[in-house]
Amino acid sequence: MSNEQRVRRAGVLNPVVRWLIVAAVLVPFVPLVIWSFSFRWYFPDLWPAVWSGRAWLSLSAAQTRVGLALWNSLWVATAVTMLSLLIGIPAGRALGLYRFRGKAVVEILILAPTIVPTLAVAMGIHIAFIRLGLADTRLGVVLVHLVPVTPYMVLIMSSVFGNYDVAYEFQAQTLGARPWQVWRYITLPAIFPGMVVGSLFAFLISWSQYLLTLLIGGGRVLTLPVLLFSIATSGDNALTAALSLVFIAPAILFLLLTSRYLTGRNLVLNT
Amino acid sequence: MSRPRPYLLLAPALAVVIVLFGGGLLLAVGQSLGLWPIIGPSQLSTAAYRTMLADAAVWRSLALTLWVGVVSTAVSTTLALICALALRRPLRGQRWVNFLFQLNIPIPHLVGAIAILFLFSQSGLLARLAYAAGLIHDPSDFPALVYDRYGIGIMLEYVWKTTCFTGVILLANLQALGADYEAAAQTLGAGRWQRIRYVTLPLLRPALLSSSILVFAFTFGAFEVPFLLGQRANSVLPVLAYRRYVDDDLTTRPEAMALSVLISVVSLALIWGYRRTINNGQRAMSNEQ
Repeated sequence: MSNEQRVRRAGVLNPVVRWLIVAAVLVPFVPLVIWSFSFRWYFPDLWPAVWSGRAWLSLSAAQTRVGLALWNSLWVATAVTMLSLLIGIPAGRALGLYRFRGKAVVEILILAPTIVPTLAVAMGIHIAFIRLGLADTRLGVVLVHLVPVTPYMVLIMSSVFGNYDVAYEFQAQTLGARPWQVWRYITLPAIFPGMVVGSLFAFLISWSQYLLTLLIGGGRVLTLPVLLFSIATSGDNALTAALSLVFIAPAILFLLLTSRYLTGRNLVLNT
Repeated sequence: MSRPRPYLLLAPALAVVIVLFGGGLLLAVGQSLGLWPIIGPSQLSTAAYRTMLADAAVWRSLALTLWVGVVSTAVSTTLALICALALRRPLRGQRWVNFLFQLNIPIPHLVGAIAILFLFSQSGLLARLAYAAGLIHDPSDFPALVYDRYGIGIMLEYVWKTTCFTGVILLANLQALGADYEAAAQTLGAGRWQRIRYVTLPLLRPALLSSSILVFAFTFGAFEVPFLLGQRANSVLPVLAYRRYVDDDLTTRPEAMALSVLISVVSLALIWGYRRTINNGQRAMSNEQ
């Protein structure tokens, strides 16, 4: 076939595949949205027989405990994010700016929690937390959430510091700046975008944790995923759908923010 | 720069990893060997491991876990490759497609599992479409895709999420590789499939291998999705371990620990394989140049 025919043939298949991809990614969200607005939707109806905002309204009712779960999730995720910043920024500085003995080992150690499932860690440390009185408490949950969160924060901050020119700090010092001024006017503004990205990651990872909260929180610390799971198994599909959509709201926000934060450049795809 | 500075800066992070992560693993290993039990005397013993290896339920669970892991990884990597090859040419609306392609990456697996439930259960959307098309007359006529013995619903959720995850990694790799190698092959007369088979795929091999390992390691230790979508009779290893852990019979705790240690050992072996793969990949790339 001629070159023109070849180009035209390639051009037809590609958009079809693209639409299939978009459809496959979006289709699972469709029943979530429809269920959340349904009141009566029995088999074999393709549309709800009775629509209603009942599920959404009941989210704010006290007996569904959504308010409590939302508050706990926010509390824990925010605490985890703050702590992980305190832990991750100095660690990132060390890994990004210094060369030292054992650096490769440290890197493997810090990244290990990303591949090893947290199941054994949670089960193992549970007994220590019980003895220390940390089990069934929000503080215990915050501490255990640090395990999956720390590697990502350190990874992001170390790449930030890897691109950071520490000479600016020296210049400021020669101009008479005190350490806190160097931090406030030189370092902090430079690493701030990385801090934002790291914070979004940390928040999202903590927000989505189920098993860790279930094991260490012992059912006493009610976070959104724990509540969502029990509602999902209760059979109230409308409430499940509505709560699912609330639960993924930060994730969608995260995607929008990271897509636009770096001057319109997409973090992951580098477009 | 003074010598102790980097170690001081790393102290908090290392504390988290060594005390919380390492300590947790160590305590799990210890409890699997009979130390620090909830009830009864502390006594070093391999009884939990012997019970675990003799338990038919454990072997069935391992089989299911491997089945789910291998099939999900194979299917999602293949689909991800197709998607990445299709998406790499910037056409109109590229930014939207790229954005949507990553949409499900930050979505928690629990919600993905709920969506799969709504779509593929016997009274789900797909079943209702089948009824409307006259293919079935009753929910029970629709094949069991969730709560089933092959973990199909579980695999569907994994494929949905990890295809996009792997696809994004492959796309990034394709963009970093650039079009030069394939252009050179094309000037030498290679057709489209030949270029993909002899140029693109070999160049993508490290990325394909390493993301496959990551995906498999994830499915091996994942809990939420099989906990929601799996059947009671046989579940994957993490769910089995959890059930043994929260069992009213406190003497099953060491077995639960042994199972979780097994899962961790497999994952550690996979990290090692992952590092080997990317190191070989980097060496291969630098040899190419």
